[in-house]
Amino acid sequence: MRDFDYARPASLAEARRFAAEPDAMLLAGGTTLLDLAKCGVAAPAKVIDITHLEGLDMITFGAAGVHIGALAKMSHVAADAVIRENFPAVSEALWQAASAQLRNMATIGGNLLQRTRCAYFRDPLAFPACNKRDPGSGCAALGGVTRNHAVLGTSKVCIAANPGDLAVALTAFDAVVHLGERRIAVDDFFLLPGMTPEREHALEPGEVITAVTIPASVPARRSTYLKVRDRQSYEFAAASAAVGIELEPDGKTIRDLRVALGGVATKPWRARDVEKALIGKLLEPKAVREASLLAMTGALAQGDNHYKIDLAPRVVTRAILKVGGLA
Amino acid sequence: MTTDILPAKVKRGDASDGGASLGSRLSRIDGPAKITGAARYALEHHPEGLCHAVIVQSTIGAGRIGVIDTAAADAAPGVLMVLTPDRIMPLKSATTWLDTPGPDGPYLPLTNMINFVGQHVAAVVAETFEQATAAAALIKIYYEETDAIATYDDPRSGEGMALDHLAVSWGEAEEALAEAPVRIEATYRTPREYNVPIEPHGLVAQWNGDKLTVWEPSQWINGMSRTYAEWFGVPYENVRLVSPFIGGGFGSKAFALAHGAIAACAAKMLDRPVKLALTRPQTFTAFGGRPATRQTLRLGATEEGRLVSIVQTGANETSRDGVWGEPLASVTALMYATPHLAARQTVVPVNTVLPSALRAPGENPSAFGIECAIDELSYEVGIDPVAIRLLNYAEEDPHAKKPWSTRQLREAYEAGAKAFGWEKRTSEPRSMRDGHHLIGWGVAAGTYPVRRTAGEAMVRLFADGRAEVASSGIDMGQGTYTILAQTAADAIGLPVDQVEVKLGDSALPGAPVAGGSQLANLMTGAVHKAALAARDELIGLAIGDPNSPFRALQANTLSVADGVISSPRGGEEVSIAELMHRLGRDKIEVLRDTLPETNNSAAEKHRTYTTITRMRSPTEGDYSLHAWCVHFIEVRVDEDFGTVRVSRVVSALDSGRLYNPKLAESQWKGGIIMGIGQALLEEGLVDRRKGRVINNNLGDYLIATNADIPDIEVISVGVPDFHASVLGGKAVGELGIVGVAPAIANAVYHATGKRIRDLPITLEKLIE
Ligand SMILES: Cc1cc2nc3c(=O)[nH]c(=O)nc-3n(C[C@H](O)[C@H](O)[C@H](O)COP(=O)(O)OP(=O)(O)OC[C@H]3O[C@@H](n4cnc5c(N)ncnc54)[C@H](O)[C@@H]3O)c2cc1C
Ligand code: SF4
Repeated sequence: MRDFDYARPASLAEARRFAAEPDAMLLAGGTTLLDLAKCGVAAPAKVIDITHLEGLDMITFGAAGVHIGALAKMSHVAADAVIRENFPAVSEALWQAASAQLRNMATIGGNLLQRTRCAYFRDPLAFPACNKRDPGSGCAALGGVTRNHAVLGTSKVCIAANPGDLAVALTAFDAVVHLGERRIAVDDFFLLPGMTPEREHALEPGEVITAVTIPASVPARRSTYLKVRDRQSYEFAAASAAVGIELEPDGKTIRDLRVALGGVATKPWRARDVEKALIGKLLEPKAVREASLLAMTGALAQGDNHYKIDLAPRVVTRAILKVGGLA
Repeated sequence: MTTDILPAKVKRGDASDGGASLGSRLSRIDGPAKITGAARYALEHHPEGLCHAVIVQSTIGAGRIGVIDTAAADAAPGVLMVLTPDRIMPLKSATTWLDTPGPDGPYLPLTNMINFVGQHVAAVVAETFEQATAAAALIKIYYEETDAIATYDDPRSGEGMALDHLAVSWGEAEEALAEAPVRIEATYRTPREYNVPIEPHGLVAQWNGDKLTVWEPSQWINGMSRTYAEWFGVPYENVRLVSPFIGGGFGSKAFALAHGAIAACAAKMLDRPVKLALTRPQTFTAFGGRPATRQTLRLGATEEGRLVSIVQTGANETSRDGVWGEPLASVTALMYATPHLAARQTVVPVNTVLPSALRAPGENPSAFGIECAIDELSYEVGIDPVAIRLLNYAEEDPHAKKPWSTRQLREAYEAGAKAFGWEKRTSEPRSMRDGHHLIGWGVAAGTYPVRRTAGEAMVRLFADGRAEVASSGIDMGQGTYTILAQTAADAIGLPVDQVEVKLGDSALPGAPVAGGSQLANLMTGAVHKAALAARDELIGLAIGDPNSPFRALQANTLSVADGVISSPRGGEEVSIAELMHRLGRDKIEVLRDTLPETNNSAAEKHRTYTTITRMRSPTEGDYSLHAWCVHFIEVRVDEDFGTVRVSRVVSALDSGRLYNPKLAESQWKGGIIMGIGQALLEEGLVDRRKGRVINNNLGDYLIATNADIPDIEVISVGVPDFHASVLGGKAVGELGIVGVAPAIANAVYHATGKRIRDLPITLEKLIE
């Protein structure tokens, strides 16, 4: 860990000014930042503590949806009654993430910017090659242990999975990330690695996430987050799905469907092909099973992670049937 | 819920009845100190002038260091010293735990020759931990890298070296196998597993002239003190190792390790106390866990399922610079009656740290093999998995050909099956389900030997009527403090809260390693002896001393109960404190050991407590001494996802007499929990190119969480075994884990029809 300056900006404006400095990093819950600093990945010159800034931890609900301040804690958002009623997938994604201690520290803004669990990314001394950490240096994961790496959205230079849970639910329900005045759809906020895996999101220097809004919708109200993993708690997803559904008044025909995947892709992965294939169709297991396979269109296994290609459609199927009342 | 098969109140008319305390469910007497934070662990010591050392580890898997550039680190703020292989003071090679001389030449805790990634290559000592950490990052090392052989799956690693001392055979195993009407063959594998105690390894070392004090968590105070003394060429008595509390060890805190040598060197070279704490990732390479193992088992049987032959070939990984044999035949050659058996094993050197002991080394992977294989045989011949085990029940030790001292294994099957409801099991795989869950019931047995070494204890009776027990034996959570207080209380005749126990300090009387599940038995034996002697001395004084109120009675004995001395002839009752006062004594002090009557010289004593050469094997003497257990386990496997959840565990265990059932159950349950993690989660993921264990932290190296653990019912079926130990106990601590993983693997097979023979049973193995 290298020495750094510690700043406590008096206002959001000042935080933005500091954040524009080279090698400056914001500190919210610190559960990602400190972890990465200890393993030698993050080496900020200046740490800008924003935890005390007022008004950034509110959860407010209006007709259009919910507005969640960037400093709201994961545990608070998960437990919020309005969230649980209107966005159960969001609450469930948060409850199943990390551990109680981490959820009590970690914030919504920080959560979106958590970084990959690629072990090679996190071990710079033993594995100097990592295009995400050091563009152009290579990718140590290729040919290594890749059980947790992505099968979707990978590129030649990086196959790291985005590990987050919340962002998957946000992606399914068209949430918007607020960077002060600038707003950006969550699906556009996260970037594919392409040839620039070091750029993971659309945040520009000097920008601070101030909030996330999620529009209210019927599918969001009737939603779930299904997370599959070997350990029953405190583990990242082997594969997960955030799914919301709206049925026609006949109770059988799918009017609207939202599907996003986690644990399998380089960014939170909206599975629009699955949605399109099922909207307007009858909700029944066979059709759902077949449509779910479309989620893996273009999937590419890398050694140890082939199982994800089998697993993820099953997770999608179960989640759709569950919100549809069939599982 | 816990069922005691033998109700606590049943008196058997022997020493196992104990007195008021031994055998009762007393809570841990060290508990309050731990819960309130009053218990000070090693790294919580801050002697005046303390400075901090941080270790730098190699980042290549094999080769040598060309150049270490320390210029920037040397000049960094707060840095007192940068240690490199060339700068560290030379140490002497120390005697091994087997009492053999260490390797020739000096001992090098830092070396230029790299045998594995994560080997200690340098250290920085600074005024603060942060300064040392920052400076350590400035050290530049230029390596001459060679190819590393990461695992024994790399064909270049070869077949390995045969370990003849671990080979077992009787009869004509190959021939008998060839003629057997039923034969099965399968290969079972366990990955590298790590101890990951929640208290990481580290120490505070301080020199005062040529006297060294070390605060360090230790499972073996005397053994580690000896190593430190020999490294530095000082008398054994000059080393004081202090370890009253230990945050878990599971086998990993029994030896003085390189990081300890580095800290003690730094302290010596700087003449200041030095603290060194390994980071969590460093603990994955500063010492080894359980090595990866593989074993091929071939069983031959009659059509009725009676074993006629067992042939086993096994291998485990070891390091390039040492041999760790994980005895893979230890359960294979013990559990079942077979007329023919042959087992042999190799070790395969790869570029890793030397593996070491992890809860039930040998028995654990051995049971995984044989207890899965016997299950496979049961399906092959079409009989119930419990029935086949009883059919092949060993009435005596099939290897040593000696009678068991006690073996309540049949009782364990019976009690466990009944509590579990085994008779309701449908035998077909995939025949039980609940929605998406396939349900499976599996069974497996386990065993752990009774190891015996002598120990020593001091018992003091004070003027205030209180007693003190002192030993360098340790308590890493097993409950040593508590059961020794109970032992002394009963032997003297005191309420247990009048006994104070002091442990974990080399200044106290000697004790051998707290390993091999031997400590409880040997220390209760020593304390019992010393406490009885103290009581005898007290009574002797009461009878004989002119100032004693009992003198006039002319009694030839007195009784002591609840701290009060009385005569069977009636008359005055006097408290111990009152008697001591009248006698004008400030204390009675008795030191006793359980060494043999002969052959107990000072040198012999030293060897007993500092090496394992005086540990008696379980078959030395007329009997074969072992603890036994059976686990009945239910799993629920999600058919689509392959996720396995353990939903029910009933284990019946024979550890002989339980000195404190609450603590023994806690040890058993801890072992079972660890076994669940081993079966489903734990695996060191090794990078095939470098040999780096890449999940070297508790976020990625998965151990079981509370959510993974169902209610566990443990049933004691043991009876006091006085061949095994003075007070009738057998092994407890390492028993519970043995057999859990195969019971789960067998349950998974019953649920899914899929045999998973390599641990852990992760979801992809069930869906791919
Ligand atoms: C062992 C472990 C297990 C975990 N398991 C899971 C899991 O299962 N599922 C899951 O989803 N997550 C998991 N996490 C990740 C965890 O959820 C994140 O670490 C956490 O949400 C980050 O939030 P924070 O407030 O602590 O972020 P910080 O560490 O404070 O910040 C993270 C990053 O975001 C930046 N940042 C913070 N706030 C802002 C802001 N308002 N605007 C702009 N930039 C900002 C920081 O500069 C930093 O780069 C796990 C983490 C650990 C350590
Ligand atoms: S997968 Fe991406 S993050 Fe991992 S080593 Fe390769 S480039 Fe780095």
